[in-house]
Amino acid sequence: MGLNKDSMGLKAVDLGLVIKKAHDSDRVIALGGNPNVGKSTVFNELTGLRQHTGNWPGKTVTNAQGNCTYDNTGYVIVDLPGCYSLMAHSTEEEVARDFICFGGADAVVIVCDATCLERSMNLVLQTMEITQNVIVCVNLMDESKKKKITIDLQAISKKLGVPVIGTAARSKKGLDDLMDAVAQTIQKSNKSLVQIQYPDYIETAISNLESHIKEICGGVNSRWLSLMLLHWNQDMHGFIEQNIKNNFLTNESIKQTLDEIKKEFTSQRVTERQIKDDIVSSIVHTAEEICKDTVLFENKNYKNKDSKIDRILTGKWTAFPIMILALLGVFWITITGANYPSQVISDFLFWIEEQLLMFFKWIGAPQFFYEMLVLGVYRVLAWVVSVMLPPMAIFFPLFTLLEDVGFLPRIAFNLDKCFKKCCACGKQALTMCMGFGCNAAGVIGCRIIDSPRERLIAIITNNFVPCNGRFPALIAIISMFFVGTAAGGGASILSAALLTAVIVLGVFMTFLASKFLSKTVLKGIPSSFSLELPPYRKPQIGKVIIRSVLDRTLFVLGRAVVVAAPAGLAIWIMANVHIGDMTILAHCSGFLDPFARLIGLDGVILLAFILGFPANEIVVPIIIMAYMAKGSLLEFDDLSVLKQLLTDNGWTWITAISVMLFSLMHWPCSTTLLTIKKETQSIKWTVISVLVPTIMGMGTCFVFATVARLISGI
Amino acid sequence: MQIINDLSKLEQGKHAFVFDICSSDSMRRRLQDLGLIKGTEVSCVQKSPLGDPTAYLIRGAVIALRHEDSSCVQIQCCEV
Repeated sequence: MGLNKDSMGLKAVDLGLVIKKAHDSDRVIALGGNPNVGKSTVFNELTGLRQHTGNWPGKTVTNAQGNCTYDNTGYVIVDLPGCYSLMAHSTEEEVARDFICFGGADAVVIVCDATCLERSMNLVLQTMEITQNVIVCVNLMDESKKKKITIDLQAISKKLGVPVIGTAARSKKGLDDLMDAVAQTIQKSNKSLVQIQYPDYIETAISNLESHIKEICGGVNSRWLSLMLLHWNQDMHGFIEQNIKNNFLTNESIKQTLDEIKKEFTSQRVTERQIKDDIVSSIVHTAEEICKDTVLFENKNYKNKDSKIDRILTGKWTAFPIMILALLGVFWITITGANYPSQVISDFLFWIEEQLLMFFKWIGAPQFFYEMLVLGVYRVLAWVVSVMLPPMAIFFPLFTLLEDVGFLPRIAFNLDKCFKKCCACGKQALTMCMGFGCNAAGVIGCRIIDSPRERLIAIITNNFVPCNGRFPALIAIISMFFVGTAAGGGASILSAALLTAVIVLGVFMTFLASKFLSKTVLKGIPSSFSLELPPYRKPQIGKVIIRSVLDRTLFVLGRAVVVAAPAGLAIWIMANVHIGDMTILAHCSGFLDPFARLIGLDGVILLAFILGFPANEIVVPIIIMAYMAKGSLLEFDDLSVLKQLLTDNGWTWITAISVMLFSLMHWPCSTTLLTIKKETQSIKWTVISVLVPTIMGMGTCFVFATVARLISGI
Repeated sequence: MQIINDLSKLEQGKHAFVFDICSSDSMRRRLQDLGLIKGTEVSCVQKSPLGDPTAYLIRGAVIALRHEDSSCVQIQCCEV
């Protein structure tokens, strides 16, 4: 879910690839590799940073860089987006290729998957065509050992002509060897690298071209550039123009040679497609050759265990029940587990509130001042922390475990047909899962979707997944109004079931909105789709729990201070400053009230949602503050007192459900909107991202409230 | 005897060899990047619960493809 303070908010947006060296003497290492081979884990272990990791391809979509020191030399390590090739078919590949060519990296480390080495070799060979300073890092050696795959690293290194180092980055094995190899490679470049042999007609053309461009190719490997020129396409044009000056494109001798070669090809009936196919085949065959005799599968059926699990998790009859059960289970543990700490934290924080009040009275501070500070700022803060923190601290480790195991791609696999029916992409399911953590992170995650149309759909509909700021509120409302506060086993299962129902509704609304969008403003047919289902991996339970609890705790606390405190101040002022005979709060909520009633809410609730624009976490605290400011000041011991407050203010089960529906479907928070604006580069799509969920939410609430009132007669 | 068919018709648990890829340019390249070229062995691992997409084992990795895309890949089945 990629949620920590660095991947969030304003910092979340791509910083581009501006290298930040600590010292001028620092060496730059680019870290490339196929998606989901543990690149980010290697990166984290080397730099000590905490780039989010997870077992699914496309986890890293932003470029990260970090520093480390090894043997008294400083290094800047750049984590490139995962890609399968450098032929530049997608933005990620372009970024990776451009960086390897022109990023000024002193060495490139290609991280490979030991369980799938032959395919990784494809990228290694392509990188070696561009630069000599390549180090191959065969990661996940622990996994391959378990699967009884023997890899002769030395033999591969001999065949390739570059260092090949085996690592198991998760358990920090082999990383020192890796850095040794990097240091050595930078000191004296690799020599006698393996060269891919292309069919004769291509080789002739290459050597013909190479003699013409050698002088003016600006430091780029001339053989590689010749090869690229042979299967020329439009995006190469911009690439060359930007990076190789020397009037390369208008050079007459190059133009002439290319024309001659093309003529020759035409006379030999070689099509452009044939050239591309032959180039790719040569690379793949070379990779095959390198892994032949060096990678041994002792157990031919090493995939059996995975496919057995897959048969259950993606089986015809079992897939959907298991998905629902998993969701239910996660929620049940969250609700049950959060109950107790929530109570303890809230007792503690409200005890502090009393002490603070006493302290201010004792030093004789003016009443409005300490009330503003304690009853305004502090109380909202305390609410946010005690209601929001425990569910988060339990939910996220659980979800991260599912992510680590490799369950999320299976969800995308199971749901893809539904997305296809809505003319959208199955990977949208992955971005929705990220949305559970934070919708802003989910929106950034939409970069894994290749088709721009399908990516926009995923961005606009991401808000239908309740993020961390919203679902503790959902849990609270469910426990108050539908289950009772008695924390018996049955009650918490019922809560979990209701919460699951809300999520399923959100998923359903996502389909509806996606379908609507692809039939109206984003017309189109579903594009082609390929999704890798990674092997299941044993999650690192201890590490996951510690990391996500720590990250999350700090994150929620930080955000609470930044957003909730000013909001608390604002709401206190609104509730205590009078204009005429009414407070500002009463004026505002009174103004909103008639409309809010129509959709099953009341003025205060709608106002809270509006004031909650900076962060959804503060919606419920604002509602409570506003009601309390109306006079009925209460001491809070548990949720039943809170329920009393709400029912005193006219809440019924209809209000509760309407609030839940509206919480699920309303405008995205400010952080998410900023991210949408940056990702889409368009005001239009940002506005649509506000309108779609808001209109659908108001519509649903209106229909629900009207029907429910008619039936129940409330 | 060799039968030419398309990949979408490959039954679960069966394997075959790629004969040709007729997909559009971008999908072709994506499949080639995964190591899917003429002669590559492919086996059908698992259909998704709703029948589409289907997961294939390609050079040690499991890749899910939609029917539209897999039907563009021609295969040779080796029948006993």
